[in-house]
Amino acid sequence: MVNETKKVMMEVKNINLRFGGVIAIKGVSFDIQEGEIRAIIGPNGAGKSSMLNVINGFYHPQEGEIWFNGEKRPSMEPYEVAKTGIARTFQNIALFKGMTTIENVMTGRQLQMNKNFFWQMLRYGPAIEEEVKHRKRCEEIIDFLEINNIRKTPVGSLPYGLQKRVELARALAMEPELLLLDEPMAGMNVEEKQDMSRFIVDVNEEFGTTIALIEHDMGVVMDLADRVVVLNYGELLADGTPKQIQADQAVIDAYLGVPH
Amino acid sequence: MQSSDALLDTMPNLLARNVREFGDSPAYREKDLGIWQTWTWKEVSSEVMNLAKGLINLGVKEGDHVAVIGRNRPNLYGSLLAIQHLGAVPVPLYQDAVADEMEYIMSHCNATFAVVGDQEQVDKIYEISDSLKGFKDIVYVDPKGLRKYDKKKLHDFDSILKIGESDTGKLQSELENRMSKITGDTTCVLLYTSGTTGKSKGVVQTHKAIIGASMAAVEFDEFSNKDSILSYLPMAWVGDYMISVGLGMAAGGCINCPEGPDTMQPDLREIGPTFFFGPPSLWERLKTSVYIRIEDASPIKRAAFHYFMNTASKVGKDIMEKKSVGIWDRFKYFLGNLIIFGPLKNMLGMSNVRIAYTAGEAISSELFDFYRSLGINLKQLYGQTEASVFLTMQGNDEVYSDTVGTPLKGVELRIAESGEVLYKAPGTFKEYYKNPKATGETKDKEGWVATGDAGYMDDDTGQLRIIDRAKDVGKLKSGSLFAPKYVENKLKFFPNILEAVLFGDSRDHCVAFINIDLTAVGNWAERNNISYASYQELAAHEEVGKILKEHVEAVNMDLAKDPMMSGCQIRRFLVLHKELDPDDGEITRTRKVKRSFVAEKYSDLVTALYSDKDSIETKTEVTYEDGRKGYLQASIKLVDATLYQVQKHGEKAA
Repeated sequence: MVNETKKVMMEVKNINLRFGGVIAIKGVSFDIQEGEIRAIIGPNGAGKSSMLNVINGFYHPQEGEIWFNGEKRPSMEPYEVAKTGIARTFQNIALFKGMTTIENVMTGRQLQMNKNFFWQMLRYGPAIEEEVKHRKRCEEIIDFLEINNIRKTPVGSLPYGLQKRVELARALAMEPELLLLDEPMAGMNVEEKQDMSRFIVDVNEEFGTTIALIEHDMGVVMDLADRVVVLNYGELLADGTPKQIQADQAVIDAYLGVPH
Repeated sequence: MQSSDALLDTMPNLLARNVREFGDSPAYREKDLGIWQTWTWKEVSSEVMNLAKGLINLGVKEGDHVAVIGRNRPNLYGSLLAIQHLGAVPVPLYQDAVADEMEYIMSHCNATFAVVGDQEQVDKIYEISDSLKGFKDIVYVDPKGLRKYDKKKLHDFDSILKIGESDTGKLQSELENRMSKITGDTTCVLLYTSGTTGKSKGVVQTHKAIIGASMAAVEFDEFSNKDSILSYLPMAWVGDYMISVGLGMAAGGCINCPEGPDTMQPDLREIGPTFFFGPPSLWERLKTSVYIRIEDASPIKRAAFHYFMNTASKVGKDIMEKKSVGIWDRFKYFLGNLIIFGPLKNMLGMSNVRIAYTAGEAISSELFDFYRSLGINLKQLYGQTEASVFLTMQGNDEVYSDTVGTPLKGVELRIAESGEVLYKAPGTFKEYYKNPKATGETKDKEGWVATGDAGYMDDDTGQLRIIDRAKDVGKLKSGSLFAPKYVENKLKFFPNILEAVLFGDSRDHCVAFINIDLTAVGNWAERNNISYASYQELAAHEEVGKILKEHVEAVNMDLAKDPMMSGCQIRRFLVLHKELDPDDGEITRTRKVKRSFVAEKYSDLVTALYSDKDSIETKTEVTYEDGRKGYLQASIKLVDATLYQVQKHGEKAA
């Protein structure tokens, strides 16, 4: 449960993001506390994915500040953001289709594999030692997400729900402090959603990973999230616990529409 | 301490012998994080002792019933042994049982503790804990998801082990004291029957019975500590208990546990066991998967497969049984082995299999011959929970698809006047737990136990032959024999048919329910561009109906060849709109159809089959995996099948 004494891990302040004349995000501020599951919801085009892209350095907002672990973050590229401990998954699965599950998950360790390129090419000496260490961690994640039966299956041939899980595994392989999930349950059936919800909660509890997720399934959001941010047309509409959000008239209007 | 075989009548003594004689050879393996981990007999023994001490410290008393629930894992097999060492009785439960079923068994045996695999089982026990009187604590193996649970009555497996390890001698002397009181007549394990008829019964087995039966089987097939087995069958099933614990302990062989519930097939390939045991449904599924892959293969591969399979079905069995076979056929089989059978066996994980068994249900001769013609030494055995499984087994050179073998050492068989098979055996059970009435009905004063199966000794082979469940065998109105399982097995041989239920006792003719096999039929639909959204829709598809009609008529034609069985030909059938499911109580967890239950639940469908309607609307209650209930509505077509005239001997089917 969230309490007031919890440390703020990330704070976005007054973010403005424009693409030419289109305003995607307009003066949005909110924070993410350490260890919580934070949901970002809103109707289509509300700027949810843009917000994640800002956090992970893919978009650079024209105005606004991002504070991470108590420090103001300078403008960063996605790979630099990744090095600070922020991992993400994508709305449209972005795996290496021809590679197997374990190979895909291992790519998540790439940033931490820093032995000499030549050793790695020869797969010898320190490079092997390093690979064994990282493989162990990947295997633990594979075991955790119960995908050991597809360890050596090329991911392109896997059903959608499993590919989503492999993507989550790859993100976890980075051992992130903050995990961004962009619609982790899109296109899943009820059973797959249940499994995925279970895994998200488990990751949060077992690894202590802070999670920010975008999701359209309100049932899932209300069950999983500790706190919810609602965006609408690029603006912050509401921010609070699931209960508060459910009772918020502005949110209800945005979702159901108001008679004009 | 010197010990002779005479003393090997308790699990502790047997484990001590294994440590003495095979101390450093592997006892258990489990794949963990992608790597096979091995426990030697020495390691198993020390872990079992530590666990036993830890459990004593937790408060497990002598004679307590301790539930063990989870997938096949060395930790849980070790728990079974540890519980036995400290004088308590392990009760393995089906891990996929819904909470209601668990409640029945755990309250029936007054379980006081439970050792479970993971969070799922913990949740189920919590759900029913209000109705479990005297239930105390749970020990769990996998901590995943349990971080936030209240740990007062919940203990980590490793922490229990640690208590045993750090013992200063007090627990050790208590354990030794308890172990010294265990004799061959102490209860070893409480196994619940799958319950084809009504509620399941708890079968009380002593150390002596379990070990006696295992030893007889070890001697029969010359099992040794060089043999290895893959454990994948539910731990609650007597078959798994007798093989993974009984045989493993008696022979000192190695038990291998798959990494997870879905990795059995690749793990089987990696381990390459020397012994493999599976119920007919598994052998059926394997064969279906082979045929599906062949259908998807390139035309050249497909042609080669069918060509060499022809050779195999002609001479494969004879070659394995070392009978005389022409040189040309021998060469063709050799070639086939090189390019088809060898790789196929490797893919199935059967390359090293020395002995394979099927049991639990009758198996169709076609299926049986398929494996034998590939060179897999598949044999049959016959047994039941009440006998610690092993009653009869087939020797390597006396294998027939329609018999189940000769009695093992120490087993006596008798056929009652009613045709029911009776036995006396070393593995005979002590009693049904808290059910003296059922015990008395099954076991008479002289020790003869009724199997409930009708059978006879086959004169030609000298082996036992089982016809059917004694109470299922009946007569049609015309007076001819009605043996439902015989016909159902013929139907189930078709990859498209998963399950079949035949009706006809005291009726004019036979009718049948059929369950399609979603994998096989789904694959066929894909290849033929037939779209479907659900099991129900596929089952009701017209083209599917046509294929099944062909299958039913093929069976009818086959039945017509046997004057005894020709009365069982199927006049009308329907394709069920849902799969028969243990959660709905329609089949047991070991996949045996609960005939009378199905007949009652779908009585509207049976009535319709005996009317002249050609379709029927029905509504069926279904239970989801999490225990919720819902309704399924369907319109089912009733299909007429052609019947065939009885053919005289020697005449060939048209």
